[in-house]
Amino acid sequence: MAPVADAQTEAATLQDVLQEVSEIVANPSRAQVPRLLERLSAAELPGTAEFLRAFSEREVVQAADGRFFLSRENADQTLTLIDPDSGEEHGTVGTREVSQIRPNAGVRREINASLVQFELMDPDPARRRAALASAARSPDADQIPAIAAALKAEDNADIRARMERLLDLLNARFATDTAIRVDAIEGLRGDISTEARRVLNQLLQTRADFAQTLPEDANIALIRQPGEDISLIAAYAVLADADLVPPRPGRNAIRDALRANVVDGMVGGIPVHQLDTDERRLAAYRALEDNGTLAPLVTEADMQAAVDQYVFFDAYLEPDQGVTDAAREALDSTRTLIGLFQFASLTLDALSLASIFFLAAIGLAITFGVMRVINMAHGEFIMMGAYTGYVIQTLIPDYTLSLVVALPTAFVVTFAAGVMMERLVIRHLYTRPLETLLATFGISIALQQLAKNIFGTQARPLTAPDWLAGSVAFNDLVSISTLRVGIFFMALAFLLMLLFILNRTRLGLEVRAVTQNPGMAASMGINPGRINMLTFGLGSGIAGVAGVAIGMYAQVTSEMGANYIVQSFMTVVVGGVGSVFGTLAGAGLIGSLQKGIEWFNPTNTLAAQTYMVLFIILFIQFRPKGIIALKGRAAGD
Amino acid sequence: MVLTTTDTTARPPRKSLLRENPSVLWFMGLLGLFTLIVSLLSEATGIGVISTSLVKILGMTLCLCLVALAMDVVWGYCGILSLGHFAFFGLGGYAIGMSLMYARTEIVVRDNLARGTIPPTETEVLDAVAAQIFGVVGSSELPLIWSFANSLPLQLAMVVLVPGLLALVFGWLAFRSRVTGVYLSILTQAMTLALSLYLFQNDTGLRGNNGLSGLQNIPGFLDVPQSVISMWFFWASALALGLGYLACAWVVSGKFGAVIQAIRDNEARVRFLGYNVEGYKLFVFTLTAVISGIAGALYYPQAGIINPAEVAPIASIYLAVWVAIGGRGRLYGAVIGAAAVSLLSSWLTGGGAPNIDLGFYRIVWTDWWLVLLGLGFVAVTLFFPKGIGGLFDYLVRKQS
Repeated sequence: MAPVADAQTEAATLQDVLQEVSEIVANPSRAQVPRLLERLSAAELPGTAEFLRAFSEREVVQAADGRFFLSRENADQTLTLIDPDSGEEHGTVGTREVSQIRPNAGVRREINASLVQFELMDPDPARRRAALASAARSPDADQIPAIAAALKAEDNADIRARMERLLDLLNARFATDTAIRVDAIEGLRGDISTEARRVLNQLLQTRADFAQTLPEDANIALIRQPGEDISLIAAYAVLADADLVPPRPGRNAIRDALRANVVDGMVGGIPVHQLDTDERRLAAYRALEDNGTLAPLVTEADMQAAVDQYVFFDAYLEPDQGVTDAAREALDSTRTLIGLFQFASLTLDALSLASIFFLAAIGLAITFGVMRVINMAHGEFIMMGAYTGYVIQTLIPDYTLSLVVALPTAFVVTFAAGVMMERLVIRHLYTRPLETLLATFGISIALQQLAKNIFGTQARPLTAPDWLAGSVAFNDLVSISTLRVGIFFMALAFLLMLLFILNRTRLGLEVRAVTQNPGMAASMGINPGRINMLTFGLGSGIAGVAGVAIGMYAQVTSEMGANYIVQSFMTVVVGGVGSVFGTLAGAGLIGSLQKGIEWFNPTNTLAAQTYMVLFIILFIQFRPKGIIALKGRAAGD
Repeated sequence: MVLTTTDTTARPPRKSLLRENPSVLWFMGLLGLFTLIVSLLSEATGIGVISTSLVKILGMTLCLCLVALAMDVVWGYCGILSLGHFAFFGLGGYAIGMSLMYARTEIVVRDNLARGTIPPTETEVLDAVAAQIFGVVGSSELPLIWSFANSLPLQLAMVVLVPGLLALVFGWLAFRSRVTGVYLSILTQAMTLALSLYLFQNDTGLRGNNGLSGLQNIPGFLDVPQSVISMWFFWASALALGLGYLACAWVVSGKFGAVIQAIRDNEARVRFLGYNVEGYKLFVFTLTAVISGIAGALYYPQAGIINPAEVAPIASIYLAVWVAIGGRGRLYGAVIGAAAVSLLSSWLTGGGAPNIDLGFYRIVWTDWWLVLLGLGFVAVTLFFPKGIGGLFDYLVRKQS
């Protein structure tokens, strides 16, 4: 050891250090390798961690001149050499020109353990964090001493906390002493992260087993009473699988046995063509059983007798009862908290869905409320807005800029389309509300097919800018994509804007007047035709903007509007016609209802939608005018 | 007392059904003539000018005319714009489809199992049939709703009972709470949507997205060629349409007809006159649902396959489109609309129509037909609210 320590001061590069102990590096053995590691850690040279990683991965080679390099294998059977100090490429050689160093498993374990320590002691906190994260990804008992050592030297409070937590996770699983493990499990109490819960759940894994008497040494989780916790047939099948009892022949086995014993068209004295009921087959089997051809049939009593001789139980894989008890307790302690967070997550989802429904429906609610006109083409305005966004995105490659341009453009395009539609078609049908439904439906199918003709049937991408692409995570249980947050705020902005327009502007005053009584409004000097036109344009314009948002969230197809139209109607009808808050309430109710039903059966969103529609049909029974019904003369129809 | 002063002038004698609906005789005559011509030109019973597939299309069109009749009664006469009648049509199809599919699968399965040395038990047959039918959705058990599938009479009863009961319950709920107008339309559309979403699920026991298939093979008549079977169904459809026309004409005439038309024109006044408006509406709604179910039961064995997409809300809206184009409030209008639009649609989208080359642009009918239909529909609503049937009024007026 002494000469090595002396040379320490002169060594300026990693290569120098390696050369000093070249014997050990070239032929690493379990006994020698600690010396190498000690030397490297004493030198504290940059690149040490990379070298050790490569060493353990068997990527270190020794060139003909004795120098050591990291290597990278190329496709053509050659190696690219990398200088351990600079990290730069040092040329390419054939695999036979250098000697590849292959440390055995024991050596690699030593290296890996010290590698963790190297990285955990790194002066750069970011690197220490990264090392901790990577250690957490591949938990291993060997990491415990390294982390414990690093913890002592750590002065950054955040990293300390992380180290302690990782140490708890590791100790809970790998420590040998019960007290330490229970202590570590105590430390994981109230931890709702997936890692902690995974560790605890792992500790509580069980296996189904049976024995003649309950074994003393097993850590029993549950004793299964045959007939209650485990069915008699299943219990018997377990015994049969272990070859302790003859298997119980099922219907198919009986049939096969009979089939194998057909003699002159008879089985056990019964003609074959009569064997088309279970009773006769059983009789034939008994006959064969009596003359000894077939093994006796296992009866219920046989099964009961066999099963009664054994105890069936679930045992923890973990033999230490103290540990499993602590783990169970720790898991139980987080249950309420997890439930709360799951509920919070569900609420966020519901809120997000509600804001999408609100965006899709609010335009409809305005036109329906003011003009009593059902606009079946509303979904196609949503589609039109989304395609506008798509076209603009093909013209302006910058996603943020194109979004900024697309939102007002979509509004203008659909506003114009809405005004046009109102002037050309709807104006003529004010006295026949059912027919506006049909006429707008005609427009809807024409627009849908037009979009198909222009843009094709495949979905077009409308990409959200990067700052909307990520997600906001509060913890492992509660997170939501940024886009959904954006849509939520957009819905909020529309809500406020509409409230402002309707309640604080001249236009809003006139709109409300026409909503309540068009005739009276007209005699007060308001032009209902103009108001209708503007309202329809406004409703359509909002649909267009909603289309851009929905297009980023879903996909832009010619049918995207149709997918939302029925939900939008539901929202309006449930909420109550002619009220912004009604639509808000409707969207909230439908959104949370759908998410709530999905929660019970997460794999089947179709079922959720079915039940939701059924609920709405029932809801209408009790509040035919919606949650918020207009009162007085405005409600007349 | 009012009764004592009643005289014949206050209560006019009831006109006969035919006097009130002169179109019935015309319609019956034309339908009979049409059936005769098709029979004489078909492959099976005539000179073979009309192919089997065309016979099927014509037979299916007759079924569509029947459901359009039902729609006309409920919408054109009673003023209920139901967007759910095609769902009843689909339910009828599913009801008959279950029976046909079960019976055919059972024949195949029995054939297979009979090859074994030992005859199969009933349980084995049942299990094998279930595995055969539901293997595609990853199940091997026969769901509860298939309990009657092994009995044709019971399943035929389902054709009437399922749509009828659904309409009865739904209508009772909706009419009782005085849901009218566009609200009712949206509610019926919601019902249709719920039904189609229900059918789309794999685990609801009707094979989800796959639907029921192979319905053109009629068990018991597997040796009869399709050309003959298609004629049978054509005749059955024509008969059903004829009877349906009579039934509808009877419903919309006389005092009952007058009441339901009055409900269409002003529901509140009819109620104030003491009529049980809800009862009338419920009867019309349920009856037309049953007629739709029967039409569906005749349609889908000719189509050969039924899947949930058939029941989607859009189909029911198309039904309204046909009736509107043909002319509401007149029974022959519904028949004309359904026949004209559905035949034109299958001609144009089936590639039968020549594309038009404008030099700078080529009009492909499969692409542009829906645009044309949509805009044409808007034009009809705006300018010809009486639809094609309105032309007859024009002609009749000219004559007089």
